[in-house]
Amino acid sequence: MIIYFTDIALSLMLILTAMVIAVQRNLLGAVMLSGIYSLLCASLFVCLDAVDVAFTEAAVGGGVATILFLGTLAQTDYEKKSRVGISWSGLFLVIICGSLLVYGLSDIPGFGLADNPVQTYLADVYLVQSQKDIAVPNLVTAVLASYRGYDTLGETTVIFTAGIAVLILLGRGKADSDTVESKES
Amino acid sequence: MEHHQVLRIVSRFLIPLIMLFALYVQFHGDYGPGGGFQAGVIFAVGFILYGLIYGVERLRQVVNPSLMRSLSALGVLMYAGVGVASMLSGGEFLNYSVLAEDPVAGQHIGILIIEFGVGLTVASTMTILFYAFAKPY
Repeated sequence: MIIYFTDIALSLMLILTAMVIAVQRNLLGAVMLSGIYSLLCASLFVCLDAVDVAFTEAAVGGGVATILFLGTLAQTDYEKKSRVGISWSGLFLVIICGSLLVYGLSDIPGFGLADNPVQTYLADVYLVQSQKDIAVPNLVTAVLASYRGYDTLGETTVIFTAGIAVLILLGRGKADSDTVESKES
Repeated sequence: MEHHQVLRIVSRFLIPLIMLFALYVQFHGDYGPGGGFQAGVIFAVGFILYGLIYGVERLRQVVNPSLMRSLSALGVLMYAGVGVASMLSGGEFLNYSVLAEDPVAGQHIGILIIEFGVGLTVASTMTILFYAFAKPY
């Protein structure tokens, strides 16, 4: 029972943080709050027993992403440009999308039930068979690295590609090997 | 951050621990939460912390940016290389069972190598990203 209260409290804090980020004008504050948002997400994942995901969220969302945002802010500006009234078409679109999402929620299976589609299809096979096939106690590693090896190869390639893309876009590829960084800025 | 004595001393103590923890997460991923991705990020955070406190220029001297670029490619190659190796041993692409006499041992070897490849790519890409976004001094 107490875990439900924790879930609800964390979710409410998530919504609150997201709202404060949305109205925040000071970008430094928004970046710090997004770090807090990630940390809350990570706590929520721990409550949902997804420790591996929580780990990633805390390290990437709370750590590296915040640092990268701060680095960007240091090169641009700390203040958001002042707002020019409410965009009514945007508000209309947001309300439509939001109501569609809420409508879609009504079709989602109940939280944590044993006969949910996600539990009945392959979960049994992974739980039982992986201990014979792979004998790796951490099921997440067994699934990600072996059964879903293709997916993980794809993900690794995506990360590599993202790094290359950033190097191409920011054009620092040549400069940092011989530290003539100051020349171009 | 020349004058932040406390930060400098605390970080000097923390950075080795962060890296040790990253290695633990990397090679203990079979038994506990974690794996290559998380370990790579944590390892890169050690570098980034160093760069934040001692300056990006000093980090560039410690961690060579062009070496990082090569390592990020090497990680992906290592991962795909395991796939090719398993094909050469007579199995399907990324079927680790054929890598050793015993299928389970083969799975363990395969998972260990590909997780290392993932960790290598993630750690070096995160460092590259930090270099790209860090303010040039």
